[in-house]
Amino acid sequence: MPFDRRAVRRFRDRAATRAGDHDFLRREIGSRLVERLDEIRPRFPLALDLGCHDGLLAGLVNGRGGIETLVQCDLSPHLAAVASRGGAGLALAADEECLPFGAGAFDLIISNLALHWVNDLPGALVQVRRSLKPDGLFLASMFGGDTLHELRWTLLEGELRATGGVSPRVSPFASVRDLGGLLQRAGFALPMVDADTINVTFASPFALMRDLRAMGEANAVGERRRSLTPARVFTTAAALYTQKFEDKDERVPATFQAIYITAWAPSPTQPQPLAPGSAKARLATALDTAEIKTGDRAAPPVKSKR
Amino acid sequence: MAPGTDPGAEGKSVEGRAKDSGRGIDPKLLEILVCPLTKGPLRYDREAQELISQQAGLAYPIRDGIPIMLVDEARSLDQPREIAPPGDRQP
Repeated sequence: MPFDRRAVRRFRDRAATRAGDHDFLRREIGSRLVERLDEIRPRFPLALDLGCHDGLLAGLVNGRGGIETLVQCDLSPHLAAVASRGGAGLALAADEECLPFGAGAFDLIISNLALHWVNDLPGALVQVRRSLKPDGLFLASMFGGDTLHELRWTLLEGELRATGGVSPRVSPFASVRDLGGLLQRAGFALPMVDADTINVTFASPFALMRDLRAMGEANAVGERRRSLTPARVFTTAAALYTQKFEDKDERVPATFQAIYITAWAPSPTQPQPLAPGSAKARLATALDTAEIKTGDRAAPPVKSKR
Repeated sequence: MAPGTDPGAEGKSVEGRAKDSGRGIDPKLLEILVCPLTKGPLRYDREAQELISQQAGLAYPIRDGIPIMLVDEARSLDQPREIAPPGDRQP
């Protein structure tokens, strides 16, 4: 188990009191996510916002994709309550790893920056697919592999220099390649995964760490150091961060890689691959070239004389 | 079944009366929710504001109209409810 889900929930609960002030990344990536609904023809009357946080996405969706009802769920009951007050009022607390929805419940499941804290991502994806109607859409964003690579390196190096040892401080993130395979294994049809990189600058490395905590994104890696970290780990890391990455405006950059997922619950109405050997035209004809045989056919099975 | 629960006040028959108990659960949610553990059906105990999964032996609380579908927040059906001591109820 890479992540401590109780800690994830605690950090999200804690963020419930401050959500809204530090949500520019969530808002930016969420906007890019919901814009994709404009390019998709089918309508989605009943939708689920999986990992709704404070309900930000409900405002961004704003009638897109023909959504009539948006159910909101979050691992944190506090965030679900905040979302419920600001939104349609159909909120609940649920664990992404253990979804409480019947098979074929939704036309659309949309998830903005929630799935990077899930331990059993393949299991969660299977449950998402199961909760969708045939030809239902799963549209999600999550942080990807290159996210916070500056912070990962400086905290590692800083802790090593200050204490002589290291502990995990920045989450492992999934990559675009991993996710394509995972979606296929979870039984989705026509999965598409793409990514973009967002560079954000902060006044200091400490400002970055403060913002991450305020977003509810503090370190919940299961094997993180539980005892109080000596302050010199952070001061060393911050000094390294500034020294190595500071730009000419005396600000420090942080890289966030947003991965976007579009995948469909399978349905007979979707384009299907043809059966092997069912081609009606020769490839050689289409390419206007001479056909070169690959070799001899396998010998026909020998009949036993008995 | 929990003590004091009126069997007639369960499930979808109470939809029309949901408003009189302040913030009940929205009937739209009742239609799509299942037990997160067993994916089996849930019974709505309106009086106790709980969603009961008989298969899992768990009761999920509903707080201010928000179902808390988390296994570690659920009450085991073997244990009595904390809020209402048995003395308060008719046997």
